[in-house]
Amino acid sequence: MTADNENYKDIPGWGMDADPENEPTYPMKHYTGDDHKRLNYERAAQQPLNVEILQSIERPAPTAVFGTSVPPSGLSGAIRRFAFKHSEDRYRHWLPLILADRINVVEGLIDDIKSGEFPNVFAEKGYKAEWEYNRPAMIKKVFIGAFVVAAICSSLINRKR
Amino acid sequence: MLAMNYRGPYRVRTVQKAIPEILHPEDAIVRVTRSCICGSDLHLYHGMVPDTRVGSTFGHEFTGIVEEVGPMVKNVKVGDHVLVPFNIACGRCNFCKQGLYGNCHESNPMATAVGGIFGYSHTAGGFDGGQAEYVRVPYADVGPTVIPPDMDPDDAVLLTDVVPTGYQAAEMAGIKEGDTVVVFGAGPIGIMAARCAWFFGPSRVIVIDHVDYRLEFAKNYAKCEVYNFKSLEDPVLFLKKTTDWYGADVCIDCVGCEAEGNTLQTLTGRVGLLQAGATTALQWAINGVKKGGIVSVVGVYGPPFNLVPIGNILNKGLTLRANQASVKRLLPKLIEHVQAGRLKPSELITHRVPLAEVADAYHLFSSKLDNCIKTVLIP
Repeated sequence: MTADNENYKDIPGWGMDADPENEPTYPMKHYTGDDHKRLNYERAAQQPLNVEILQSIERPAPTAVFGTSVPPSGLSGAIRRFAFKHSEDRYRHWLPLILADRINVVEGLIDDIKSGEFPNVFAEKGYKAEWEYNRPAMIKKVFIGAFVVAAICSSLINRKR
Repeated sequence: MLAMNYRGPYRVRTVQKAIPEILHPEDAIVRVTRSCICGSDLHLYHGMVPDTRVGSTFGHEFTGIVEEVGPMVKNVKVGDHVLVPFNIACGRCNFCKQGLYGNCHESNPMATAVGGIFGYSHTAGGFDGGQAEYVRVPYADVGPTVIPPDMDPDDAVLLTDVVPTGYQAAEMAGIKEGDTVVVFGAGPIGIMAARCAWFFGPSRVIVIDHVDYRLEFAKNYAKCEVYNFKSLEDPVLFLKKTTDWYGADVCIDCVGCEAEGNTLQTLTGRVGLLQAGATTALQWAINGVKKGGIVSVVGVYGPPFNLVPIGNILNKGLTLRANQASVKRLLPKLIEHVQAGRLKPSELITHRVPLAEVADAYHLFSSKLDNCIKTVLIP
């Protein structure tokens, strides 16, 4: 249902308490009234759409420029495409994206191995810095980890017997 | 070219990537000279931001030399040494025209709630960032600013984000002469917010965090009072007591989604991802500020949803102000502050690391090793 108020300025008291100084967004925003023009502004030329872009359904068209890094692919890409069928207001937009991120990590590992490069997880996690600046804590963690693994292995062996 | 490459939570490396190309007539290609790791990059690094894709290059705080420009670029030329604001802004949409350069409507097709940001996930536009030897800079006539010849390049790189964000945090807080200002978080942004708060005339600036070396740095750099919340039984109660049972005049959240200090928030926000990060600092800000006070938020939270005491915002009549910093709007004033010697942002830089060692740099910063405040990557 829409209000049929073409003559809204005839409503008694219309605008009489408006205060242009009541602008809590100043100085972040220099209010000009252009918001009421909505999307009617001079737009930059459109960047060619030659990679797959997942666009929010809350806008009518892609932005004039966009990033082209890592287009969606694989299972994570399929999940991302599903997510972008829903508005930014919906859990079904964000939660699938988080799931896709986690699946994407596994896809990245598989891609690495397929390309013959086994990822050096210790280097990727920056453990060299840990060794250099936090050595006692790192040694402690390694010992605790080794103890836990040994305890689990021992427990499993004893169960089998 | 060498570029940082995200492989998953807590895993990054450098790889060889193709040098970016001009994709739009208003693009420039910039050869990076300095690139910082931001505290908000850690949210990406920790896997907290949705649609962070494996293979992405992070980095939204960088300076560089213009190597190539598109046919419509007029304001910068090849060879210029520029600082590049972290937000990508067209300068033409109604938001940019009103000064909201952090809310451009023509730089991010993937989400309407956030403008385009370099190297900050596909939720912020899917742009590769500046932790690389080269980077594509869209709308090169709007954002990039030629670094004044007398300016220390280390100061310049911090004008891309840290200084404007810290300054805007204080500006949004509407600080009045004599106010008591409380800043949550003693990271680079919190330290800069505390320092910039003095420009607005308060009588007290208090910084609250739990990392002692950072609090010590904040005390010296920002000339403020500092408190470790782990030594306070209840930070909100402490704020009430230290303000004669009134509440702080303004509170500033410079922590964001990875806050510590509240078990329920940590479990639901950081461990279980049941909300878009832990809002502990924001909760303390809302509950520690006076009635009718102002809460300014520059801490980064994810987009989905968070648990905050909204009822207290209503009942206390609070004003909540928040935004990504409008870097372009603030740059003229902040360049003047730096050139006049009132601000020396480069003093925040504690570590310089070659880009090739990016994984160690992230771990160092994330784990707060070696008294790290701010890390700069040198390509």
